[in-house]
Amino acid sequence: MYRYDEFDHTFVTQRVEQFREQVARRISGELSEDEFKPLRLMNGLYLQLHAYMLRVAVPYGTLSARQLRQLAYIARRYDRGYGHFTTRQNIQFNWPTLSDTPDILADLAAVEMHAIQTSGNCIRNTTADATAGVAADEVADSRIYCEIIRQWSTLHPEFSFLPRKFKIAVTGSGRDRAVTAAHDIGLRMQRDADGNPGFEVLVGGGQGRTPVLAAKIRDFLPEGDLLSYLEAILRVYNQLGRRDNIYKARIKILVRETGAAEFARLVEAEWAHIRNGELRLPADELERIRGYFAPPLYQALDDACPELAAQRAGNRGFDAWVQSNVEAHKRPGYAIATISLKPHGGIPGDASAEQMEVVAGLADRYGFGEIRVTYKQNLLLPDLRKGDLFAVWKALGETGLATANSHRLSDIIACPGLDYCNLANARSIPIAQVISARFADLEREREIGNVTVNISGCINACAHHHVANIGILGVDKKGKEFYQVTLGGAADENAAIGDIVGPAFDEDRIAGAVETVVDVYLAERRGADEAFIDTYRRIGLKPFKEKLYAAH
Amino acid sequence: MPSTAITANRLLDGAVIYLTADGGWSERLADAAIADGKDAETDLLAAAETQARAGTVIGPYAFKVEVEAGTPIPLGRREAIRTLGPSVRTDLGTQTATH
Repeated sequence: MYRYDEFDHTFVTQRVEQFREQVARRISGELSEDEFKPLRLMNGLYLQLHAYMLRVAVPYGTLSARQLRQLAYIARRYDRGYGHFTTRQNIQFNWPTLSDTPDILADLAAVEMHAIQTSGNCIRNTTADATAGVAADEVADSRIYCEIIRQWSTLHPEFSFLPRKFKIAVTGSGRDRAVTAAHDIGLRMQRDADGNPGFEVLVGGGQGRTPVLAAKIRDFLPEGDLLSYLEAILRVYNQLGRRDNIYKARIKILVRETGAAEFARLVEAEWAHIRNGELRLPADELERIRGYFAPPLYQALDDACPELAAQRAGNRGFDAWVQSNVEAHKRPGYAIATISLKPHGGIPGDASAEQMEVVAGLADRYGFGEIRVTYKQNLLLPDLRKGDLFAVWKALGETGLATANSHRLSDIIACPGLDYCNLANARSIPIAQVISARFADLEREREIGNVTVNISGCINACAHHHVANIGILGVDKKGKEFYQVTLGGAADENAAIGDIVGPAFDEDRIAGAVETVVDVYLAERRGADEAFIDTYRRIGLKPFKEKLYAAH
Repeated sequence: MPSTAITANRLLDGAVIYLTADGGWSERLADAAIADGKDAETDLLAAAETQARAGTVIGPYAFKVEVEAGTPIPLGRREAIRTLGPSVRTDLGTQTATH
């Protein structure tokens, strides 16, 4: 993993002390809320419905066991014993006090973490492929480039006051595991004809009230040109992006109104001025950063693991978990395991301090001390020996973390919604709980196969409902919560924005509506190999709509 | 016009609080001063905004309540949740004190 250098350490520590002073001035009355609010937001401190909320950056979703233990400590010491993992691969604490926040930030700094740029109109934490560096199918390890982007974008003086917030995503393989098409910039790793790594560049994707899929503006960008090209995109946006209307300020609006071809031309023109300047990545610097992500000391193992086969044969629960939660690793005899934070009927993305400590312990004992946060609000152990999977599964089960539902219907993404969030119009979590409880039967989930269900509590779409196979958007109608359903969205390499089925359902009928959608799929699919999204693309909205509104 | 009460968040911990008749703040909606007309609401809000400027509370605003047997009940889901705490964690928030 990347370790902070001296600059990072000094800077983060100074920033904590600066914020400590600002908090003291706020409490003494020297600073008004209007003066203080931008300062607290720059340090990740929001004010939500019931309390402050601290959003802590988990750079490209990568955590060490030591860091996860510190997050558990913070949850217990300063909060209410839990944290909430987000679709931005960050963690949020829901109950910190203002006066404790400087101490929390100091405790984070002690393990090389902070909350800088988790709010505001700046470049946010890069969304990453949670299996970077270990996925069997990856082109290259995208963490190296995520780290380079982190260093470049942290406190970038020119891009600290953009027209609006800015999110970059990097995926390391042809399978898009970072929702790149729904980001301001999406980078998909490729190799050129000579085998050199680089990126397909997409720009102008986003969700919110105006969902737009990103447009490709470059087929191949060599790795050495990464920062100069990103800088050129940001410069064009910073100059031309709208600042007069918050709803039209994201780069997606600029790209759409300018046209992708013209936007690309503007970027190329800007790039021509800077591409051979100081932002060109020197090969030795790339190598230095690559060194931080050197593979751990893997053992030479056979890929076949008779022990695992016997354990699967002897335990149906374990077999189901391996089938849904374990993925292929690039090294023989190793595997990647997703730890579901989606217990049936539970709160998506929440983990207690005890659970965090158990995961940290398992990472230390079996997985080189490394943990990833996925954009689906789960955790992931990237480096497990196949022969250790059974022991890991058993230990996870003892703390309620062994749900075998990764990629299944109950692996629901849900934003905090009206239970916590100041912006929400409706609750998300209770709807996720009711739906996931309805689909708690593992055999039934396996039968249904992979499908994404995402629930947002407002049009800001933090839970990515637009790109879910089954998307649910909470709306407020005269003080009552209603839920609008979209179908056919996709967040992978074949990204799509879902189609609205029709009038919204009230909170008592929304879970039944999801069940109806699933029933139509099961009746219409051409065998178990046809995934929900493929059936939808073949038969379209109509059969679902007819069934959903048949009684009306 | 329905009755209204004034709410804000407390500076030190962000807790939901309600303006009381004596110009103080309480975590219990039951203690809130109730305005039965626009003029009364304007007066209460002015008092709350003075305290916000002094820095002890954040973002005061008026919201609608229905008074049943002398007890104010918030209208709308948002204020109901603010009054109690997260509906998905009944062990947290003000609701733990009222149970």
